[in-house]
Amino acid sequence: MIVTIASGKGGTGKTTVTVNLAACAPNAEVQVFDCDVEEPNSHLFLKPENCSKEPISTMVPEVDMEKCTLCKECEKICQFSAITTIGKKVMTFPEMCHSCRGCEMVCPDNAITASSRVLGDLIKGTNSAGIPLTWGELRVGEAMSPPLIEQVKARIDPKAISFVDGPPGTSCPAVAALRNSDFALLVAEPTPFGLNDLALTVEALKKLDVPMAFVINRDDGKSRVIDDYAAKEGIEILARLPFTREAAAVCSKGLLLVDEIPEMQRLFKDLYSRLMQKADKGGKIK
Amino acid sequence: MKIAVSSSGNTLESDIDPRFGRAQNFIIINTETMAFEVKENVQNLNLPQGAGIQAGKTVADLEVEAVITGNCGPKAFNVLEAAGVKVITGISGTVKEAVEKLNTGNLAYAGGPNVEGHWV
Repeated sequence: MIVTIASGKGGTGKTTVTVNLAACAPNAEVQVFDCDVEEPNSHLFLKPENCSKEPISTMVPEVDMEKCTLCKECEKICQFSAITTIGKKVMTFPEMCHSCRGCEMVCPDNAITASSRVLGDLIKGTNSAGIPLTWGELRVGEAMSPPLIEQVKARIDPKAISFVDGPPGTSCPAVAALRNSDFALLVAEPTPFGLNDLALTVEALKKLDVPMAFVINRDDGKSRVIDDYAAKEGIEILARLPFTREAAAVCSKGLLLVDEIPEMQRLFKDLYSRLMQKADKGGKIK
Repeated sequence: MKIAVSSSGNTLESDIDPRFGRAQNFIIINTETMAFEVKENVQNLNLPQGAGIQAGKTVADLEVEAVITGNCGPKAFNVLEAAGVKVITGISGTVKEAVEKLNTGNLAYAGGPNVEGHWV
């Protein structure tokens, strides 16, 4: 079962919720996948050990000008101007390529072969509590994160309980992380900005057909914007995490709220059991 | 000589558009006779990405010898270079003023792009 933790707005507490929930799981039964590959940070809290690292690449076309007859079929199929003919030359722009292999398929002269460019690293480790963490780290300067996110997700064991720490936003990276999840837990910040981007994510999830629930983070006990929106949309709020200076101090040291603040441990344990109950409607966990 | 000038308007008195890939129009002009035509760039202006590449192709297909513009990024520059089109960057003012400067030999060709991609 895959539960993805998302938010829309950045900085609402996706990683905080992911790592603390995982730490609450009985017998370290949860595997964590940090798919915020542009700025992964779950490892700062979970502290995995004996990490292994492998580079991840994506396909980009290479053109054999000996075989090319300048028919322009590759240029016509490419929606991203990543391959284009100029006079008697074919130019490729690897950083624009989405690796769809369309050019390779339509080339009647077999002049296009697969080359590759490195997207970043895939890193794996397990912490002292036995929680396995897998994450992606996008290469500095690389703009295309979805293929790396998909590679991180390819390591998910469908039989296990997996928490995916998603990227912010609602564009391709967020969709890549949320797609094919069994459930989405949205970390909602009770501010106008938090609500705005939360609503965008809710709309995206309806299209992706992923069921969801909210957890309100930094709840000041006053703002009702998320409550009102949740009531209107019929989405359940599974927990409310208080806005305290103490919680911020614990996070800033890379420590887990559940280890340091008894009240937070109670809240997260309760959230974990409610989440499992809600997410496991399909009865995937034995 | 036939050249292309990126422009925000459609006359010789129009301002040079500082953007190449996402220029409003290209004024295609014969520098000897000052006869010109307007090539719209709307189709490239609205592209999510690759505007510089497509704009480079647009002017290369019109068989111009040179481009006068404000800023030209690395991808557009590579396309223009591959097509054998010379590039003059860093130019502002009207299209007419730029062509007159070119005719009096007061403009230098660029050896490379003068901005990074996506500079706006």
